[in-house]
Amino acid sequence: MTMVAMIIISIGVLFNFFGCIGLIRLPDVYNRLQAATKCVTLGCCSILLGVFIHFGFTDAGIKGLIAIPLLFFSATVAAHALIRGTYHFGVKMSDKSVKDDYKSASK
Amino acid sequence: MRYVAFFILGLVFWLLLTFKLTVANLIAGAVASLLCTLIFARYYFTGVVKFIQPQRWFWFLVYLVRFIFSCIKANLDVAYRVLHPKMPIRPGIVKVKTSLKSDFAKTLLANSITMTPGTLTVDIIDDCFYIHWIYIRSEDPEVYTKMIMGAFEKYIKKFAE
Repeated sequence: MTMVAMIIISIGVLFNFFGCIGLIRLPDVYNRLQAATKCVTLGCCSILLGVFIHFGFTDAGIKGLIAIPLLFFSATVAAHALIRGTYHFGVKMSDKSVKDDYKSASK
Repeated sequence: MRYVAFFILGLVFWLLLTFKLTVANLIAGAVASLLCTLIFARYYFTGVVKFIQPQRWFWFLVYLVRFIFSCIKANLDVAYRVLHPKMPIRPGIVKVKTSLKSDFAKTLLANSITMTPGTLTVDIIDDCFYIHWIYIRSEDPEVYTKMIMGAFEKYIKKFAE
């Protein structure tokens, strides 16, 4: 059981690492938020799942389990708030961008 | 009715978090969830009856499986784009129309879109979603609406409307 928990936690750390690479390599704030949100959320969720498997149905295990849906909702809502705030603050999209439908609607 | 549902949910949540079944803990949880109920319950649960319809729970489970699958796919997708030496990205913001009506369903759909491969919800204005897409694969509105919404809109309509 400890072995399984370790593997799942390692996968989580690996995904967090990919998220961090994305944060450095991608060109602008919008793309960086994509990498940060997706990778870091699933990474943390799989770490929490590993904690649950390791501790089983005890105090700490249950806490890890209920933190997963909370993290999902808060991370997605936070990403939305950040990206919307960034756009209204006037940060330009990178040169590689091909389309912007939001420009006319956000006025 | 919805106040009662909210109170029970809050109490269960408190008990799971503290994980002690003593009288003192129960009283503290009851006071805390009563306070939360009085302040927040009016914003949630517009139709409590929907909670006890079994077919909604079935579609919720189908949606959950699908959601976890696409969430893992999203991570592999980001990992691929980030580790690729040339970084295959073609970002932009697209406008997508939805047919969902209730606020709860729209929130859920926006959250699902954020967790699916390459898309991130920027804003919701009336029934239009503005979505930042890391790699725009098509210029045709109908095609990309189908790509972004996927099966989620269908499932969410079945259990959350």
